[in-house]
Amino acid sequence: MELGQPNLEIFAETALTLARQDSHLLVVTSDSRGSGKLTSFGQLLPDQIIETGIAEQNLVGIAAGLASAGKRVFAVSPACFLTARALEQIKNDVAYSDHPVKLIGISAGVSYGALGSTHHSLHDYAALRAIHNMTIVAPADNFETRETIRAIANYPQPVYARFGKLPQYHLHPTDTAFTIGKAITVIEGSDLTFIACGETVALAVAAARVLTDEGIACRVVSMHTIKPLDEAALLAAARETRAIITVEEHSIYGGLGEACAALLMQQGVAIPFRIIGIPDEYTVTGSQMEILTHYGLSAEGLAATARQLLAVERMG
Amino acid sequence: MTEVELKLKSVEYRQTILRIIKQANAGHTGGSLSCIDILNVLYNAVLRVSPQTHSDPDRDRYIQSKGHSVEALYTVLADRGFFPAEALDTLGYYQSHFIGHPTRKVPGVEQNTGALGHGLSVGVGLALAGKKDQRDYRVYVLLGDGELAEGSSWEAAMTAAHYGLDNLVVIVDRNHLQITGRTEEVNSLEPLKAKFEAFGFAVQAVNGHAIDELVEIFNRVPFAAGKPSLVLAHTIKGKGVSFMEDTVKWHHHVPNDEEYSLALRELEAAALALRGSIQWS
Repeated sequence: MELGQPNLEIFAETALTLARQDSHLLVVTSDSRGSGKLTSFGQLLPDQIIETGIAEQNLVGIAAGLASAGKRVFAVSPACFLTARALEQIKNDVAYSDHPVKLIGISAGVSYGALGSTHHSLHDYAALRAIHNMTIVAPADNFETRETIRAIANYPQPVYARFGKLPQYHLHPTDTAFTIGKAITVIEGSDLTFIACGETVALAVAAARVLTDEGIACRVVSMHTIKPLDEAALLAAARETRAIITVEEHSIYGGLGEACAALLMQQGVAIPFRIIGIPDEYTVTGSQMEILTHYGLSAEGLAATARQLLAVERMG
Repeated sequence: MTEVELKLKSVEYRQTILRIIKQANAGHTGGSLSCIDILNVLYNAVLRVSPQTHSDPDRDRYIQSKGHSVEALYTVLADRGFFPAEALDTLGYYQSHFIGHPTRKVPGVEQNTGALGHGLSVGVGLALAGKKDQRDYRVYVLLGDGELAEGSSWEAAMTAAHYGLDNLVVIVDRNHLQITGRTEEVNSLEPLKAKFEAFGFAVQAVNGHAIDELVEIFNRVPFAAGKPSLVLAHTIKGKGVSFMEDTVKWHHHVPNDEEYSLALRELEAAALALRGSIQWS
């Protein structure tokens, strides 16, 4: 796999390209243009960036007002603050009022590493999944990020998209079809399926490669849209492979894993199943990759979970 | 519309507010009565918006941040023809769009509100868009006074001044009461005029029940070029019904049958006097 750019940079580049084509496209930031890689956007298109200062509630409320007046708005702020501090504005001013604001959560998950739990967003899928009229997307690589931003710029409903700031491996050919709500199968396989979202898809791909060498054929599905979930892709995985492991840079509560588990249970599907994410604790101190690895979100960690789950399945 | 005709409308609006609250057996009586004169003047003498122009990008916008006083807003919108007046009778009913806080499912409502401290930021966004598009609409936001304890109001106030939004007109319904008691005893707001001035607003105080003063003050906005305007409307919660005035109990209280007929008698007397003066004029 070839290493690309941080998804954050792809967002900023794509937003700039789109904004140059449409003067009604605005970016709103809460002292976050630097961390959002939007400094050059601000220099090149100063009339299309609005600064609110460190005030996420105000950021989201203003974004709703702008969208109400017909603007296409990306509201950009670190995911941790955007989806916690401004949750009520997201719920009422954007979702309930049905203004198609695009909420961009940057440096998501444990991207901020050793800065600690104040800066981690491990609650955002859970919080936003429970809000009606909210689409949630976590693109995996540069391709998915570019396609996500292009797709949501014209999306008639509110969307929350989140990603991190480390360079990402390219996972897809650039002619891959991308649709919000439609998962992408990255690797085909018949023994076990990893259903992952965001930048953890690359970890699942790496785990699948480890397991291939052991004769275990893993499918890897990029479930980039967490809400609405691609139910068909999930049910196909349950039908066509023997076990499912969900992978997310999020609390194991309320995120992708529980969404998948709920669907499978209600469809009467019983299958060996594990949710891999951050357990219900304040994370160990470390860099993003150290934290993820600590909790089994690594090629080796995921491969070990897969071996264990398949062993259980064979015994069962 | 003449001043006395507007005054008569205010009385009739108060009658409607009480009627629909009584019928729904729920409602924010005191706050609706304190802001109804402001809404009357805005919708009948100030705002450039009508059922025909409600989708016009150049229309004036009104956002009621103190969403709980929704009965006042529904009453005025019905009178202005945004929807048939009979719809008011469904307030709070199963499957009605007429909820206890404004939603855009009701024609004429610009923004869903109800949680406090939200309306001003949305108004700032609308005013910013107006500036960017060089449209000449104005954005009017009605805030409650108790609501100003929400810090987000002040975040929005900072931004309004920072961007010089003189197309933004903020009205504070300063009735001095909130659900727990007097605002100055709960978490004091004063000196409120100086606070908004320090935040960069041009502030004018007005008697929020004096129709002529309200008309005159809204005719003078913006009060200063390059600054958002703040109308500090001194009001009385429960205004217009003697036993409801300035009484914390009526924040969210439904009149019993006796109170209801007493209130209607008071309002009918006020209406009769005004109708008489219209006939003689």
